Amino acid sequence: MSLPVAPKPSPRRFHQAQWDEPIVFELHCAGERGIAVTPVEPGVREAVGDVVAALPASLRRPAPPHLPEIGQMRVLKHYLRLSQETLGSDLNVDIGQGTCTIKYSPKINDQLIEVPQLRELHPRQSEASVQGALEITWRLEQLMAEISGMHAVTFQSPGGSAGIWTNIAMIRAYHAARGEAEQRDEVITTIFSHPSNAAAAKEAGYKVITVYPDADGYPDLTAMKAALSDRTAAIMVTNPEDTGIYNPAIQQWVDAAHGVGALASYDQANASGILGITRAREAGFDVCQFNLHKTFSAPHGCGGPAAAANAVSEALAPFLPGPRIVREDDGFAVRQPGPLSIGHVAPGFGVVLHVVRAYAWIMALGAEGLRTASEIAVLNNNYLLHEVTRIPGASAPYATGRRRIEQVRYSWQELFEQTGITSEEIGIRMTDFGFHYWTSHHPYVVPQPFTLEPTECYSKAEIDEYVAALAEVARECREEPEVVRSAPHNQTVHHTHHDDLDDPERWAITWRAYRRKYFGETPVDDVVAA
Amino acid sequence: MSTAFTHPYIPNTAEATKAQMLTTVEASSVDEFYADVPDRLRLHRALNLPEPLPAEQDLARHVRGILAANRSTDEVLSFLGAGTYNHYVPAVVDEVIRRSEFLTAYAGEPYEDHGRFHALFEYQSLMGELLAMDVVNVPTYDGFQAAATGIAMAGRMTGRARVLQVSDVLPEKQSKVRDFVRARMHVEVVPCQGGLADLDALTAELGDDVAAVWVETPSATGALETRLREIADAAHAVGAVVMVGTDPIGYGVLAPPALAGADIVTGDIQSLGLHQWFGGAHAGFIAVHDDPRFVMELPSRLFGLATTDVPGEYGFGDVAYERTSFALREEGKEWVGTASALWGIAAGVYLALMGPAGMAELGELLLARTRYAQQALAAVDGIRLGDDAVHLREFTVRFADTTAAAVIEALRADGIEPGVAVGDDTLLVCVTEMTSQADIDRLAASLARLSAPASASALKEQHA
Repeated sequence: MSLPVAPKPSPRRFHQAQWDEPIVFELHCAGERGIAVTPVEPGVREAVGDVVAALPASLRRPAPPHLPEIGQMRVLKHYLRLSQETLGSDLNVDIGQGTCTIKYSPKINDQLIEVPQLRELHPRQSEASVQGALEITWRLEQLMAEISGMHAVTFQSPGGSAGIWTNIAMIRAYHAARGEAEQRDEVITTIFSHPSNAAAAKEAGYKVITVYPDADGYPDLTAMKAALSDRTAAIMVTNPEDTGIYNPAIQQWVDAAHGVGALASYDQANASGILGITRAREAGFDVCQFNLHKTFSAPHGCGGPAAAANAVSEALAPFLPGPRIVREDDGFAVRQPGPLSIGHVAPGFGVVLHVVRAYAWIMALGAEGLRTASEIAVLNNNYLLHEVTRIPGASAPYATGRRRIEQVRYSWQELFEQTGITSEEIGIRMTDFGFHYWTSHHPYVVPQPFTLEPTECYSKAEIDEYVAALAEVARECREEPEVVRSAPHNQTVHHTHHDDLDDPERWAITWRAYRRKYFGETPVDDVVAA
Repeated sequence: MSTAFTHPYIPNTAEATKAQMLTTVEASSVDEFYADVPDRLRLHRALNLPEPLPAEQDLARHVRGILAANRSTDEVLSFLGAGTYNHYVPAVVDEVIRRSEFLTAYAGEPYEDHGRFHALFEYQSLMGELLAMDVVNVPTYDGFQAAATGIAMAGRMTGRARVLQVSDVLPEKQSKVRDFVRARMHVEVVPCQGGLADLDALTAELGDDVAAVWVETPSATGALETRLREIADAAHAVGAVVMVGTDPIGYGVLAPPALAGADIVTGDIQSLGLHQWFGGAHAGFIAVHDDPRFVMELPSRLFGLATTDVPGEYGFGDVAYERTSFALREEGKEWVGTASALWGIAAGVYLALMGPAGMAELGELLLARTRYAQQALAAVDGIRLGDDAVHLREFTVRFADTTAAAVIEALRADGIEPGVAVGDDTLLVCVTEMTSQADIDRLAASLARLSAPASASALKEQHA
């Protein structure tokens, strides 16, 4: 006799743990401590005396910092509970975070970075003692050069947007070296390119021109050509765009930019579906960047650490940030930035942990594996597109009916018109089923948007599970709208009031600000300093 | 499309699954999905990559084999600092940041990622206590970026272009900051005297065109600025912003810059619970007072407390989201993207473990060992201290009879990394809680052997 099989609820019930966990300051218990510090040796003390008492008054802290005192196990317990209240992608079907390429971060790669020969390595040690770190970085540069088709690669940029910044900083230096810094003061981007392209160009001093899609939903080549002039420094475009649409005229964009003496910068944050299919070089780009923490599988760490690979043409190579790693007859050597380089963009050699992880990921897959990963990501995405757009009220605006690459920006506009329930409310209700769901970057060019990206890592069954939850919430919007409107029902916290966060009188960005604003407490530092 | 390839990282490669999915979407092959990629842009060949290592054990052996060529600071005696520091990392910190939930979480909402918001709000709060400031951001990339952003903020707030740098700054950091603000601002160096700011020279340069006075304390050579209050008063008198770059490691005993008039305090938290990782584990903080003029110029995410439908419950969310490029693209403040949040959680755990006593003891230990190392090295013939300032963790020594490069080369042969050359005859030496009295004595003894007149002149000749 076997046990009867219970019917599976659909969608499944799953969510992160719920603890009633206090703020760490509320765990304070005077006299406790979490770790002991090695003492000052008697010989040192004898030689130097009381160094704190000897400090000039202006340097001495008048009262100890008001940190909590907590025993070690209680600190551990606190943070483990907070970790369990976090729905990391290792536990979740994390296809709800479009534009971010949440894929499996292999556990072996996390173990590889823990060896002391990497963890306890200092960037200024002798070259002879860091040959392994230099070699693995150099090897990944070679792999990324082949994957992009470009001439030279660096991993100095500590994030994807930092990589976008490095792109525009190199372009700016290139024009300056040719005496065209003053003349070229505009950058062209598209509305569905990642916001950091526009923002980094602005920070670099450029006027930003944004091109909107044409009638078919593709980046508008005619509008882009009309915006081009001898004032254009660069085009900075994400392709495939955040709608998941690959720009079929991408080479004409690049050629047109080159025609006026501008450079072309390729944001490849959405490259997960095109590895081994098409490369920046074939389309004529001068510079591109990939995200090692997305496309090449390094974990996202709650929002970093992150790393970018910047890949450039031969003409832009002299402008790369430093230091550079070169291979010589007897090993690997470090070269400081040359005269045309934009200099240093970060400490050390960039986020080498992610360099090792990305190297391991590529080596695990090889050429055939990378291509398969892309193809399955695209298959998964088009399958998801088919299933989502079958849900009444959901649509995929722009290039409707066309295939997409690795993600889609969808819209609940029709459902909103029928029920008055917003995409944001649907996202909150999705959390009750244990799923993350992201609306989209602002501004909402697509009304009531949401962006999904399944990557190669999620099985058909998991995609079906996500779609089932979406369909269930859509049904609720029509049949039980209050259940959606009053969500979440199954979470650590209840509906949160965002008005508190936008009002300078009420926002509380630290515990001390909260205690000051709401309880009238004056921090001890302020008292003794007054 | 390959039919035979099945990889453990890619579940849907089974032929039956693929066929079912293709049928569902009415596609004959995966190639149909690439209809928008023109043929002339197709690669039409396999990428030229090495043979893969799909078996995990083969991959591990390969990568570990390459890394085995490194010799870590566990194997050599290291006095290397210059921005990356060998501090002790409590085991609990590693335990927490290895947790799958934190390691693989990303951009979840406050509901399903409540713990992430909670932990990062606590990081902001613990740093706020250490720095005596009410606003701290979710970490940006590193201390270089934090300083660059701090100065850019001052430029936007004042509408001015001049920056007066009054302290010694790491050359790499200076390079980053200058290039970052280049479009709107320029950095002028007011040379130091005795390792510290030259107040007279600063006063002569100050005017109503100065956006920011940039102070580093500890400076690139570890010198602690004693006259920050006077610098701040002078800067504020002309409407300039005081931007301090620092390392927070000493603030268990040292007065934080906010108490002496700093407006924007920035720095790196690698010291607070992160391994050296070849200089790859940095994160930057930007702290300001709770003044909307400053808060609204911050580009980074700020997590704040919020009320919920249940009275007394702590909710969390993004403060003033409409500042950001996520909301406003090029009209936002700089940009916001994936930076280094996990390291903020690490630093939060570190500060929660250390508490006020731990940070005070560590601060005292660092001051004591620094002073001891200064004394021990200055006692060696042919070596003198770079300056007389009070130093934390790092200081320079100058050689009368040899070069820094020669010293480094000679001591490396003894298994010692004595420091970083910061000039022909100047060495930057770093001591931490990991560098014991015996370690410092060993460095001094090695330097003493080297400075015996015969060998010193021979070395100088060799490097002439």
